Amino acid sequence: MTRAYVSCDMASVALGADDIADALAAAGCEVIRTGARGLFAIEPLVEIETTDGARIAFGPVEPEDVPAILDGTHPNRIGDLATMPFFAKQQRFTFARCGITDPLSMADYTAHDGWKGLAAARALAPQAVVDAVKASGLRGRGGAGFPTGIKWQTVLDATAPEKFIVCNADEGDSGTFADRMLMEGDPYCLLEGMAIAGHAVGASHGYIYVRSEYPFAIRALNAAIERAAPILAPLTVEVRVGAGAYVCGEETALLESIEGKRGQVRAKPPLPAIQGLFGQPTVINNVLSLAAVPFILAEGPERYAEVGFGRSRGTMPVQLAGNVKNGGLFEIGFGITLGELVNAIGGGTESGRPVRAVQVGGPLGAYFPPSMFDTPFDYEAFAAAGGLIGHAGITVFDDSVDMAAMARFAMEFCAIESCGKCTPCRIGSTRGVETIDRIKGAAKREQALEAMPQMRNAKVKHRSVDEEIGVLRDLCETMKFGSLCALGGFTPYPVLSALDHFPEDFGGAPALPQAAE
Amino acid sequence: MIPDDLDTIVGTLADRFAGERGALLPLLHAIQAEVGWVPDAAIPLVARALNLSRAEVHGVVTFYHDFRREPAGRHIVKLCLAEACKARGVGAIETALSDRLGLPIDETSEDGRVSFEAVYCLGLCATGPNALVNDKPVSRLDAHKIDRIVAQVSA
Repeated sequence: MTRAYVSCDMASVALGADDIADALAAAGCEVIRTGARGLFAIEPLVEIETTDGARIAFGPVEPEDVPAILDGTHPNRIGDLATMPFFAKQQRFTFARCGITDPLSMADYTAHDGWKGLAAARALAPQAVVDAVKASGLRGRGGAGFPTGIKWQTVLDATAPEKFIVCNADEGDSGTFADRMLMEGDPYCLLEGMAIAGHAVGASHGYIYVRSEYPFAIRALNAAIERAAPILAPLTVEVRVGAGAYVCGEETALLESIEGKRGQVRAKPPLPAIQGLFGQPTVINNVLSLAAVPFILAEGPERYAEVGFGRSRGTMPVQLAGNVKNGGLFEIGFGITLGELVNAIGGGTESGRPVRAVQVGGPLGAYFPPSMFDTPFDYEAFAAAGGLIGHAGITVFDDSVDMAAMARFAMEFCAIESCGKCTPCRIGSTRGVETIDRIKGAAKREQALEAMPQMRNAKVKHRSVDEEIGVLRDLCETMKFGSLCALGGFTPYPVLSALDHFPEDFGGAPALPQAAE
Repeated sequence: MIPDDLDTIVGTLADRFAGERGALLPLLHAIQAEVGWVPDAAIPLVARALNLSRAEVHGVVTFYHDFRREPAGRHIVKLCLAEACKARGVGAIETALSDRLGLPIDETSEDGRVSFEAVYCLGLCATGPNALVNDKPVSRLDAHKIDRIVAQVSA
């Protein structure tokens, strides 16, 4: 009986992987569903196991291609995926198993170095585990880049009746899907990371807060928790499902949400590591931070830290998204340049038109023009360039993009998703949309708020486009420094970078019937 | 339609989460899974079951986009309008779907057949434009796939 591997990842299913799996089963194959390999240009993908255990890949394929796949004559035969440049150039520390194993098979997980990190951690005192994480140089992969070991140390040093591990799986940034891929493709890896964290800081219970838009991940995690419970003990883990609020990806809003409240941001201090969930010391880490931990404990922190660039150590699962030819997940050590990722790995745009802008780090990340493609992928280098790595999603746009429309969308998205606690974010985002509409000539200048007769500071003359741009920059400044969290604080990044790098799109263009959305 | 036995439904579901900390979101999700939406009449029942004020429950129901305060259509089409799908041309797809369904985004048809809604990121960002059609993900939307979706929700 021929063994065939087909991904059950949500993205693969969205491209028709289920139909192909059914067709293979109908043709008499033993079909094993895996996570996604990570290159979606070749999906739906089938891998056929040869007699010597190697896997021969075919993709993209359709259900009617099954006979040609089985006799090896299909034109889309790729062969051994590991030799494909997209995969050969990667350093898969965190995603080593994803796409190879059956995500829920405990036997597979154990056979592929699973639970080694947890065994190594349990052989050490909690402080030694925290020291290992510190030595690895691991920084928060959710975007903030805070040293994970220092966070753990704070929780370890706190005395409290109980402590919590909270995994932030509220991956709401457009252009990012690494958390989802890992939860669906290798859920035990995340659970192992949480169990190590529990041992390191003395926590008894863990929550995984997953967004409701990820039903496949929720199912995979619940099944994995049930099967792995004996190994995870004494740590108990449960999944909590979000309810469609982007701001709940902010750690304190996430805690409020788990507690059953509106997802409003908390002021810091107190730090969640000292007073977090239900007022107890809490480790909050992103999925990728926790999933990096088993490797660090199993292979040693030096092995992780020897890869990287500057103060950014280890690997980053970069996600290539949007209008890009080779879209997918590419795990690589820090220091690779943005241009290499977009052009050499990503292969430029899928539409074949020139790249005009890339947005790095989701809706709160800056837009970079190709002239800045020599920026190395590193927390500090991106901050110096006026941007952020965030969750390492890179969204590529071709030359048909209207950057003023994208800046407007950034403000609009902030208005939709603001939790309402800080005035600059709650109201400023709406004013931002109005100001960009006036700059674009899509709204009449006499409709400006301060043109109303009851406004004491009403100008005699309407503002010129340059003055409106001045107002927009001023507004961004206020939002940046007057917001508690990154939603209001970082929404100015895409807006200001669009203004700075693409001023021609803000040149008072003729009135649009409706800003393109 | 508000079910006649709403208090029984809420009571039964609330018992399932008895003693759980922060049970409000899981309970609201469960009510919506059972009833299809969260009627205003459920708010005092939930408040009583969890020993919260009605204002607290109302605040949570209205804060989160997922909780429906009105019944949804029999079919639900959620289209992603976030940046990565914009980069892959969701603008034209939205216009086409809107025309074919006869609905602007974020509206339900008057006959209750279909709801057309915006969603911001489904995590399928390398293969957009993306949609969820009755909770099934669909990627690389094009004219052909729009035809299929429209046929599917015409029933």
